[in-house]
Formats: sequence, C-alpha cells, structure tokens
Amino acid sequence: MTTMTKIDLPQKALLASRRRFLQGAGATSLGLVVGFHWAPRNVMAQAAGNPTMMNAFIRIAPDNTVTVLSKHLEMGQGVYTGLATIVAEELDANWAQIRAEGAPADAKLYNNLAFGPVQGTGGSTAIANSWEQLRKAGATARAMLVAAAAEQWKVPAGEIVVNKGVVSHKSGKKASFGQLAAKAATMTPPAEVTLKDPAKFQYIGKSVARLDSRAKSNGTAQFTIDVKLPGMLTALLQRAPLFGATVKSFDASKAKSVPGVVEVVQVSNGVAVLAKNFWAASKGREALVIEWDETNAEKRGTDQIMAEYRELGKKPGLPARKEGNVDDAFAKAAKVIEATYDFPYLAHAPMEPLDCVVKYDASGAEIWAGDQFQTIDQMNAARVLGLKPEQVKINTLFAGGSFGRRANTVSDYIVEGAEIAKAIEGKESIRGAPVKLVWTREDDIQGGRYRPMYHHALKAGIDAQGNIVAWQHRIVGQSIIAGTPFEPVMVKDGIDHTSVEGAANLPYAIPNMSVELHTTKTGVPVLWWRSVGSTHTAFATEVFLDEIAAETKQDPVALRRKLLTKHPRHLGVLNLVAEKAGWGKPLAKGRMRGVAVHESFNSFVAEVAEVALQPDGSWRVEKVVAAVDCGIPINPAIIRAQVESGIGFGLSATIKPGISLKGGKVEQSNFHDYEVLRIHEMPKIEVHIVPSKEKPTGIGEPGTPPVAPAVANALMVGTKQVFRALPLPEAVKSA
Amino acid sequence: MAISFTLNGRPVTLDVDPDMPLLWAVRDEIGLTGSKFGCGMAQCGACTMHVEGQPVRACSTPLSAIAGQKVTTIEGLAGRVAKAVQDAWVKHEVAQCGYCQSGQVMSAVALLTENKRPNDADIDAAMQGNICRCATYVRIRAAIHDAAKTVRA
Repeated sequence: MTTMTKIDLPQKALLASRRRFLQGAGATSLGLVVGFHWAPRNVMAQAAGNPTMMNAFIRIAPDNTVTVLSKHLEMGQGVYTGLATIVAEELDANWAQIRAEGAPADAKLYNNLAFGPVQGTGGSTAIANSWEQLRKAGATARAMLVAAAAEQWKVPAGEIVVNKGVVSHKSGKKASFGQLAAKAATMTPPAEVTLKDPAKFQYIGKSVARLDSRAKSNGTAQFTIDVKLPGMLTALLQRAPLFGATVKSFDASKAKSVPGVVEVVQVSNGVAVLAKNFWAASKGREALVIEWDETNAEKRGTDQIMAEYRELGKKPGLPARKEGNVDDAFAKAAKVIEATYDFPYLAHAPMEPLDCVVKYDASGAEIWAGDQFQTIDQMNAARVLGLKPEQVKINTLFAGGSFGRRANTVSDYIVEGAEIAKAIEGKESIRGAPVKLVWTREDDIQGGRYRPMYHHALKAGIDAQGNIVAWQHRIVGQSIIAGTPFEPVMVKDGIDHTSVEGAANLPYAIPNMSVELHTTKTGVPVLWWRSVGSTHTAFATEVFLDEIAAETKQDPVALRRKLLTKHPRHLGVLNLVAEKAGWGKPLAKGRMRGVAVHESFNSFVAEVAEVALQPDGSWRVEKVVAAVDCGIPINPAIIRAQVESGIGFGLSATIKPGISLKGGKVEQSNFHDYEVLRIHEMPKIEVHIVPSKEKPTGIGEPGTPPVAPAVANALMVGTKQVFRALPLPEAVKSA
Repeated sequence: MAISFTLNGRPVTLDVDPDMPLLWAVRDEIGLTGSKFGCGMAQCGACTMHVEGQPVRACSTPLSAIAGQKVTTIEGLAGRVAKAVQDAWVKHEVAQCGYCQSGQVMSAVALLTENKRPNDADIDAAMQGNICRCATYVRIRAAIHDAAKTVRA
C-alpha cells in the first residue's frame, strides 16, 4: 500500500481545504456538493519523483500517468473505467496514460452524493452521483495545468491548447501533464470552470478500453483473498446452524491440536479458528465442538413462513400508493382477474466469498477489503475496536463480485474480522498479527442476508371494452431497511421504499390504483440483491399485465404502448426492443417471445426473451434482446456488458431454485445444491442503447428485473399456462 | 512427508499435510495467488490449474495426488495458445469482477490446446465447470472462438 502512504501529506492538505470549502459553501440544496474547490492551495513543492495530487480524485505522476481515485468499489461493474472516462474527458488526457485505484475511506472527500455523508457504492448510483463532480474535478485540474503552463511560458492561458495529454502553445512550447503537475498544484483553482460541450466529447460515448482487462486475464489482479502480510493468520469462523442461535459452550482442544492452528477465540457470531494457512484453519474448524443455545433462533421453515405470507396477502396492507377507489371500480368492473406470485430467498453468491484482512493495535487499525460501505464499515469496526472511525484505515481492493452482499449496515464480515483481531489482543505471541477472515462457500450460502422471500397478490378490474380500470397490488415480505440507520430516510409511514419500488411507481395509466404492503418479521437476515425491490416487483407486475393481455386478447406490446403514453422513456425502450426483436414477426415452430419493461434506479430497460420449447416440455431461453435508456452513455461497451451480466444474473434466479429453510436450517450449502447459471444456459444477447442527452443514470442493476417476466411471458404464450412463482419449472406441459 | 512436483517449470518440494489441496499449497505455501478459491468442492472452477496439461480443480486435488507431476498455474501460462486466449480475453473485455477468470482462462487454454476448432457444444462441455456470477459467458464464448482463429492462423 505504498501508494496510500505517498498521498498522506497532500491528503491532509486536501482535508483542510475541503473543510474550508464546506464552511464557505453554507447550505447547499439537496446536499449536493460539487468538488471543484478541492485542490490544495498551498501544497508544499513536490519533490521530483513524487506524484502530485491535483485534487481529491486526480493524481499525476512525473512519469505522466494520471491516476483517478475511485470513491466507488470496482466489483465488476466497470466503475473504475467509467469514472476515469469522465475525468479523462474533461482533463483532455490521453486514455493510455489513465490508471484507476480505490480511494481511501474518507467520507468528507469521497461520500456518495446520493447517500449523503456516507462513502459507499450501491443503488446503481456510482456514475450518476459522480457525473458532475468528476467533470468539474477534471476540468479544474485541466485549468490548473493550463495556468501553470501559461505562467511558465509567459503566454496568455487562453492561447494554450490541451489535446490528448499534451499541453501546447502556438509558439511551439509543449509539455506533458507529468512535467506540469507539481507547479499546477500550486496554482489557484478557478472558482468556476466551463465544462466541455458534449458535442466535443472524445471518450464519453466512445467505449474506451476497460482499465482492468489485462490484470483480470492473467491472474495479477489483487483481491482481498490474495493479501499477504508478515505474520498474517487465516481465520475461519464457525457460525450458528440456525439464525439467532448463540454459543452456549465450546471445546477447542481438538481444534488446537491440528497442526498449523494457532488460536481459537469466541466472538459474537461464533467461534473462530486462527491458523497459519487456510487448510489448517479449515481442519481446525471441523474439529471444534460447539454447543449452541437455540432459544431465540428462527425455527420455522420457508414453507411455513410462505403459508403465513399467503394469509396476509388476503388482507389489506399499509398504503404505498392510493389513487381513485379500487373497491368501487372492482364492483363496477365487467371482469376481475386475480393472481398471486411467490419469490424465494436468494443468496448473492459472489465468486469471491466474503473476506477481509484486519490489522489492529492500540494506535489504530488497517483493513483490506472489497469494501462497499466504507463509512459504515469504518464506524462499525471502530466501535468493535474501541477506536475513532478515522483511526480505521480502509484499503479498498477489487471485489470478486458483490451484487449487494458486501454493503450491509451491520458490516457483518468486517465486524467479524475486527472482533477476531481484537480477541487476540491478549495473546502475547500473536498480538497485532493481521487476521484474514475467509468465508467458505458454505458460510456464504448458509450465512443469510438474502434477498427476502416475498408473496404478491394482484387483482385487476376490466371494463366491458377490455380497459384496465382498477389495479390492486399487495406485497408481503421482510423489510431490508427497518432497523438499519437508513430507516429514517427510506422508510416512510411504515413503507420501506425498497419493498415496493417498481410496484408503487407502476407507470401504467390505470385510474384506480392501490399498492399495499405487509412488512413481516422473521429471524432470517435479509439484504438488497442486484436490483433490490425490482427483483420481485417487475415479475409480479409484468407477468400479471401479460395475464390481463391474454384474458382481454390484446397484444402485450400494444397494451403497454396504450398504457405508457405519458412515459416517453419507457415507451422509447419498449418501441426500440419491439423493433429490434422483430416483435410480431413469425418465429420458427416451438419458439415464442415474451416482453417486459421496467424502470429501476432511474434507468429504463425493455427486454424481449425468445424461448425454445421442446415437445417433451423442456425449454431454453435462446435469445434476449434488450433496449436500455440510462441517459448519456459514458461507455457503451460497459453498458452492454452490464446488461448482459444483469440478464445472466436475473436468468439464474429465473431457472434455478432459491434458498429454502427446514426447521430454520438452510437446506443448501454450495454450488451443487444452490445452483447458478452456467455457460450452456446463457442465451445470445443483443443490447441496444437509446441515444440520450439526459444525465447518466445507473446500469449495474437495471438489466436484471425484466428478464424473468419476459421469459415467463414467452412461456405463457407457448403453453397457455400461467407462471406465478420463481424459479420457473424446469419442464412445462406443452400446449 | 515432503512432496515434490514441478510448478510452472520449476521443481518444488513442500513438507505439509499431504491432504492439503493443491490450491492452498500453491496459494498459502508458495504464494502464487492467481488461482482462486470459490467453492472448495470442484463445483465452480475458479481454482483450475493444469496437471500434465489437463485442467484440474486444485481445490479438491490433494497435494499427494500430484507428486512428481507437472503443474501449471495462470502465472506459468505461456505459449501460443495461452497468448491467443489472454489477448482475446482483453479484446472482448470478458472480465467484469474478474475473480473467476484465471480459472476460465485455464479451462479455455486446455480446450484450445486439444481442439483448435471448437464449436459451441465443445465450448459448453469444456467450460460448464467454470461458474461466472457476472455471467460473462457470452464474451467467454466469443473470445474462445476468436482465440481459436488466432491459434489456427
């Protein structure tokens, strides 16, 4: 972490300047603070060979490399490349000189503007919240490079040209960023900068090459599991077999006799074995004898919990949206259609299981992790370790996937690592040793924080002309947000926004509408899972709409067009996908199409799935055509990759069973019984991007929600049956 | 009991538990971390190495089973096929989170070493044991076809 050490001094200067800026800024609307004042004013002269911090996001080295500090976790979504593209554009850098790395944990400099005073990544906000901030950071640094050149060459700044990393003047004078950076950092940052005319963008919209492709193709990319420090111990934690059970007593004698095992300690979540390597820790953990107190544990099975949900779905819930009067409309309707939909618990199962390295002594702590919630993890680790949050340094490394799992408000895996590091404080021979906590796949599948199980009950009133006049949607399931620090912001009048998103904001023009929520409580810990509420609301709403289309003999695309006249961006992706997928054109025998359109995280996606149905009832998704509108496309290649990825992730949960509990115990444990999508199940994918001048919005998640309903809708066409639960059946009855 | 084998062309001897999986011996004892842990039971392929040129799941291969054999990890990958595969991986921007990709590359190199003209079914058969949660499968397939062209050229 030498790079982190190198930036310590300018970092302090930056902090001071940031504080001044905040004091001067006063109350800013929406809490949105833009960062063009962040360059240090009085940075000491940079010694030759040292890189220069131009501002919080841009470091320029004498070798002319420009490193963009990403306040967001790179977990595969391409954010290092995306954020660096925005900077490179306004800086007029040469893409070849651009690098990216994770920024330090520092909420004052690196907070997510969509989260308020919290540094973290999620909700497909990375590009959206950084757009203006990084354009200004890039433009400001560019202006300072120009000012430095103007002073050095004694020419007017207005005559200086910057093109692909070269600063030049018509007199023939020329310099690289690397040559000018040290002087540039001492220039007064301009109070205002002019941002580039989008018509002149060289990188934005042009699919520059991902920055991490080579390192991720030759094994050199560094993940948390790869961290090796002197004296480091590997820890495996034996957690309770039931959610809510606690350690009653344990016998570590056999574990301690395993060669390589160094220590066994009890922490909040169980008993940890520390060893010289993973294998010894794993053998040691197997040898633990633990008696658990299951008094307060969740002992219900998922069948029982779902049966309770179904009963709740028959009763009115708390209102999430209310327009007109659904009861009157149902009474007057020519026809009433009802359906219920069920969704299982889902594990995220990122390929890199949860892991962190914690090095702790009384003076402070240092953490290495694919950290997704730096500010919250800092606070939680500090609490455990008896430190101040700023004494907890976090090095954010690449994460081997997350899909939401690494961002949780209790910092589960970070707290476990911190507790283990703290627990060895009293053991003289290993005091201060860095601890690498590794979850096994079994720990991951059985460790909870799942996408909640949900039940949806829908009811529609249809008039004599086939119009939908009433729509009632009841959602039953656990709240992800209740009981977390986000509750005051994200739960209003008992409605957790994440439980109803995608349902409460249904775009369809229906005069009488009631969306209701029953928030349940179970002992099973839950969490956001790629696209959060839309993982279930998109399926319930889009499949139910196709059931209505079938009942009223309307074409699914035509029906949606009729209901979306006031929603041009929904309509835009719907029309584009219909055109590109050849909607309405004949298909080969046994092939059928289904469509779904859904907005999530302010991005709009429509997908058409093409399914091949065999005479024996087996079926396969052959192709998915997607149309997306996520505002100005920063990097179309990454947008396409994210939509492919989102579709694959959604399709996995469309065809593979979720997590089930029996007597409170999770029935799955690894990829043999918690199956995920494999290569032979991946369809061909086409992604079409709507050209846009709107501000960029997220793309990490929005590709996921429409795929399951599009596939179910295709199967409905082919089988004349309805599909009201995920996963869909492996084989269906042919029509 | 000391176990000797050849790792990336160099002889190594380890005096560790002979049941220790090859993956952990290479990662923890030798310090090469390009091969990844994903499941520990030969289900995901993130740990794939070559033993005598054949792809094996190192997380479930005890060190005792590879005594005297030639082991290649992503770090030791070399030659025409490896270069074609890795260049195609970069060109197609296959990797997203990247965690499974060492294993994917190892499986792809083993496939193209045996079969210079794989069809989609061959690719499915060779790559089905490698899970990618980012579902980069479309690009894996495209990159393998592209690399095959380079290898044949």
